[in-house]
Amino acid sequence: MFRALVVVTIVLASGGAIAAQEMTLSVAISMKEATEELGRAFMQSRPGVTLRYNFGSSGELQKQIEAGAPVDVFISAAQRQMDELQQKGLIVLATRRNFSRNVLTVVKSADSTLDVSKPADLLDPRVRRIVIGNPRTVPVGQYSEECLRTLGLWERLQPKLVLAENVRQALDYVSRGEVDAGFVYTTDAAVRATRVKEAFRPGEDTYRPVVYPAAVVKDSRQPALARAFVELLVSADGRAVLTRLGFQPPP
Amino acid sequence: MTPDTLSALALSIRVALVATLLNAVVGIPLAYVLARRRFRGRGLVDLLVTLPLVLPPTVTGYYLIVLLGRRGWLGGPLYTLTGWSITFTWYAAVVAATVMALPLLVRTARAAIESVDRDLERAAFTLGRPEWRTAIEVTLPLARNGILAGLVLAFARALGEFGATLMLAGNIPGRTTTVPLAIYTAVQTGESGDALVLVAALTALSCVVLVAAGRLGARAT
Repeated sequence: MFRALVVVTIVLASGGAIAAQEMTLSVAISMKEATEELGRAFMQSRPGVTLRYNFGSSGELQKQIEAGAPVDVFISAAQRQMDELQQKGLIVLATRRNFSRNVLTVVKSADSTLDVSKPADLLDPRVRRIVIGNPRTVPVGQYSEECLRTLGLWERLQPKLVLAENVRQALDYVSRGEVDAGFVYTTDAAVRATRVKEAFRPGEDTYRPVVYPAAVVKDSRQPALARAFVELLVSADGRAVLTRLGFQPPP
Repeated sequence: MTPDTLSALALSIRVALVATLLNAVVGIPLAYVLARRRFRGRGLVDLLVTLPLVLPPTVTGYYLIVLLGRRGWLGGPLYTLTGWSITFTWYAAVVAATVMALPLLVRTARAAIESVDRDLERAAFTLGRPEWRTAIEVTLPLARNGILAGLVLAFARALGEFGATLMLAGNIPGRTTTVPLAIYTAVQTGESGDALVLVAALTALSCVVLVAAGRLGARAT
């Protein structure tokens, strides 16, 4: 009986053998659909290659890489997280590319009857809760904070703020109606177009441009493959997919 | 210690204490009824109370959102009537901790009540005590140590609650960020100093709680 248990344990434990060529992409979750679609094309043209995705907030993914997570490509929603990895020598500088740009929007639930059509409307007492990404780790939260500070609303909105762990959680809070408004990217709003609608779009001069960088991680065990994926992002094929999903070209 | 660290500690202790009190109010009668009564739906009640012990906390958290969220079965009407919703408040952390801790109290207290000698209860009956007085004056005092051990375990579980709390209460510094959530955030943001303080505090508290539960458990047998 005990021997059988040991055998079963060993068989199960050795099950996760690594495929011939496996590559892990740590991707800012706002890029989920775009990366998955490009990833399918990438795998189709390279038989035997398997991509694994690790989605999360850029800050969370950055910390994982700093802690030595086995990641090949890092795709961030802000320069800051990539800059910090670069300073620590954790990415291959020559492979770093800015490949896309995004825009902030404020959304409300699709059936919301609240009139939120300009920033000052967020002060209305009927708007009880507003979700933003946690500015400490979530780029969309950092951009939202900048935007609200520029508009002079940051301090006054503090009691209403609910912090999300990443932009999709913020989107989810809005679509479930748990909050009255939320700051996300236009591309996220498009992913849940049936459940959220745009309330207003803050001026693009109120926050620094949302520019996505990608780079190969220094400790990648598939550097050539990783580099090919980063190049795919800036290629014409990559651009076409990104444009279709609502992303803008980098400045 | 940073203000956020301190407020997380204070909030955690407050949440765990309130959750333990709620556990006592709901859980002890429940444990008694499950131990001593036979009624229709007893198996179902037992199952519902025990489920949070085996389900992933995120699943329990999901059910709590479905039940208590702004559009939940209970939360929806409440929000329509009052404009208030429990989500993202510290009460949500209390509810999550209470539900997650309840099985530990109920199972421990129930076992203690079941081990009380029924002859003593019968003696009280024959001396004219109605059932509820027998329960309060005979059964529960005899099962006291088991019940206390259950409460201590419930407190520890409430103190450590993470998944269901995150789902229902969110992670809002100063408002719903309990110690486990603060540790998570501190590690995410690379503030290992803050994480270390909280990890040490929670470990020390848990040790105290376990020793206390062990002593009570030993006296119960």
